[in-house]
Amino acid sequence: MTFNSVPWLELSIAIPLIGSLLVGQLRDTLTASRWCLVVSGLTFVCTLAAWAGVEFGLAPSGTSATDVLPWVFGTPLLAIDHLSAPLLPLVALLHFLTALATARTKMTRFSFAWMLAGDSMRLATFASATWLLGPLLVLNTLPPYLELIRRGRPTRVYVLHMGLFAVLLFAGLAMGGAGPEAGAFASVLLLLAVLVRSGTAPAHVWVTDLFENCSFGTALLFVTPITGMYAAVRLVLPVAPDWVLNTIGIASLITTVYAGGMAVVQRDARRFFAYLFLSHASLALVGLELHTVISLTGALSLWVSVALSLGGLGLTIRALEARYGRLSLTEFRGLYVHSPSLAVCFLLTGLGSVGFPGTLGFVAAELLVDGAIEVNPLVGVTVVLASAINGIAVLRAYFLLFTGARPTSGVKLGITSREQFAVLTLAALILGGGLIPQVHIKSRHRAAEEVLLERSTRIPEFAEVAPES
Amino acid sequence: MLDLGNWVSIQHHSGGSVSKANHAHYHFAVKFEFDRLSVPLRILSFTLCGTIGSFAVLYIHREPGYNRFFVLYAAFLTGMVIASTADSIETLFTGWELVGLSSALLVAFFQERPAPARNGLRVWIVYRVSDAALLLAAVVLHHMTGEGDFDKLMGDASWPDGQAAMSESQALLVGLLLLAAVAGKSALVPFSGWLPRAMEGPTPSSAVFYGALSVHLGAFLLLRMSPLIAASMWLAIAVITLGLVSAAYAYLVGSVQTDIKSALSFASLAQVGIIVAEIGCGHWVPFLWYVALVHLLGHACLRTLQFIRAPTLLQDYRNLENALGDRLPQSRGPLAFAPASFRAFLYRFALERGYLDAILTDYVARPFVSVFLWCDRMERRWAVYLNGPTSPPASVEPKDEPPQNPTNAHHPVDAQGTEQHV
Repeated sequence: MTFNSVPWLELSIAIPLIGSLLVGQLRDTLTASRWCLVVSGLTFVCTLAAWAGVEFGLAPSGTSATDVLPWVFGTPLLAIDHLSAPLLPLVALLHFLTALATARTKMTRFSFAWMLAGDSMRLATFASATWLLGPLLVLNTLPPYLELIRRGRPTRVYVLHMGLFAVLLFAGLAMGGAGPEAGAFASVLLLLAVLVRSGTAPAHVWVTDLFENCSFGTALLFVTPITGMYAAVRLVLPVAPDWVLNTIGIASLITTVYAGGMAVVQRDARRFFAYLFLSHASLALVGLELHTVISLTGALSLWVSVALSLGGLGLTIRALEARYGRLSLTEFRGLYVHSPSLAVCFLLTGLGSVGFPGTLGFVAAELLVDGAIEVNPLVGVTVVLASAINGIAVLRAYFLLFTGARPTSGVKLGITSREQFAVLTLAALILGGGLIPQVHIKSRHRAAEEVLLERSTRIPEFAEVAPES
Repeated sequence: MLDLGNWVSIQHHSGGSVSKANHAHYHFAVKFEFDRLSVPLRILSFTLCGTIGSFAVLYIHREPGYNRFFVLYAAFLTGMVIASTADSIETLFTGWELVGLSSALLVAFFQERPAPARNGLRVWIVYRVSDAALLLAAVVLHHMTGEGDFDKLMGDASWPDGQAAMSESQALLVGLLLLAAVAGKSALVPFSGWLPRAMEGPTPSSAVFYGALSVHLGAFLLLRMSPLIAASMWLAIAVITLGLVSAAYAYLVGSVQTDIKSALSFASLAQVGIIVAEIGCGHWVPFLWYVALVHLLGHACLRTLQFIRAPTLLQDYRNLENALGDRLPQSRGPLAFAPASFRAFLYRFALERGYLDAILTDYVARPFVSVFLWCDRMERRWAVYLNGPTSPPASVEPKDEPPQNPTNAHHPVDAQGTEQHV
């Protein structure tokens, strides 16, 4: 058996899917948690292998001679390229670490089976660039909805937004297949779908609503991979006229500053996190508007950086909530004394997300700003402004949560070894990627070139009129 | 020069027909310059940090957060060393940010009280504004010249003989952005309000940061970019004006301070203002850049000594008065002969620290917070409206309530008396 004879890509999707069915049968939450860890760990290994196959040319599209789906459907449904290959292990790692860092007290409220099902759906989404992408994007929205119902929380905000997203997406895809004359209109519909899914203002209320009403883990896993960005790169960027991309850029620019400002004034840690995420997700989308190699490389790098950093920040806030309940940002809570490691993790991941020097996001933000200035200095100024505001929001939340008078506690509230492993893994990736950024940037640069090459193939005018950057 | 090569470099590697892809180029060089400007500041950084670090070992012995202090102190030293020897604006930005973060966290060192944390946040906000200005200057430089490396921007000649490879108007634009960054970092007007607030930190860090190194980092940046000042007269005038206004402001405000650390911090600012003015005058007399450098080094050493003597000030006064056999003489200030109403106005102005904090709070911070809090309320109402009548209390807009009862803080309960889901 050779490396290429193993269907790593299909395994990485099938293992969590089967695992979710098995884990769903278990009644003991601790046992379910352990099995979930095993399954998500195996999934992570498979995604790593699929990525390695693409990176080293062993399986250029991640497919294998022993794949089952082409044999069943007669056509390969799943394939990965330089854009999506590193995203698979990223998504799988976030799921694995979320399962690992789930506190025992919260296991009854967090569905491991649905987490694995979501893992499988998200991986399938990121491994799909065919007609399957649309249905998978919509299917992805199902687990949070079911959890909202299970918890007896209001669903209308979520349903309205995701329903709108689904309608716009399917209409756009249908129009896109109708012929070239309908192409521009299809682009607009797809653009609107992407904006709704990415939480671009004013269609962003569902993100804060989800964080308020869903379990933190489910909301975190639903938003941090920034699936809307993937939809934008796959569905909109290759075919959209420049003015459509400009619209994405303007809406994203407004959102990134607005959400940053909202993060600064929040009085609840979950809403703070939701707005911080919205600001960063929009920042990554700004890079698409400019569609130069530099800015797109910055945007794709920032995507990975934001997913890792905010994933880590989210896990840190989740760990704090497991100890202290819902965290308000109206007073100095003094949590440093009991949880110094969590304080360090909070600071590291938070600063990593805003592109502090020495972290993965630093060079990504530099590239994005550099690319933005080349095309439109005003965009560059706005991006810098948003970054400054986000930095203020992060440190304000840090001071409010971790400084202040010591709360008294009779029990140990320090970080557990599982949580430590989870956040330190993410911290190592953020710092490691920050200290040796060339590997990551080179990989994203290659992906950016491929995306722009596809765009120039499908829109010949793009290659002809594009100014040199 | 120590050139560690490109930390990040992007070269096209597709042979396709995408014009944008084929011409993309980006590099992030890590280079350090050891010249007659950077080496003295580097030596000063090591000397002062080493000396004061040794002093701090005893000064904060058995203090909670002893290790935290030295971790942040080491981060500060790293930032200073990187910033002082940086040969590209990106490398300088790395050091600049490290200095800012460690400063803000050390201001909030005594974190059991809310005041240091509030002041730490205030310092951080000003630093972020300053960082944004520096980052903008960096990208504008990249945009204008395609390079962020100082040797390429300022020519091959060693400091201060370099010549800016840009027009006068370009030098003015970049210089003004840098001046905004300098004003934030060195607490020049209108950002001076954070300086006395930064005195909440431990005395050893106050001595090194706000008496010596951090507060001079802005002046150092101006010295490093002195070819820009040489290229633009208007920039030189702006630099001189800012320096003199800051010096006059610091003299007035410092005269009425009632605690020694605040008085020293304003005395320090007055000297920094003069140093900045000297740098501006270098446009006409380049020799003044050397004067500014020597002034900077000497002032940093003197002020550090004064800061670490500050905790024993009363003892020192008592020793002096015992030696004299009388009270220390009180000298009349230069404004003693001014009209009483004018002196009263100046006294009030100085006591209120020039109203700078109040202006920034009332006209910048408060409108910002009010607008976004209003948006937050509207969003919550919108969510409640969309969710319909079954919407839970979690989405109800917050009221300006006093802090929660600490005994209930760890078990938040919603309006219906049930524990909220986590």
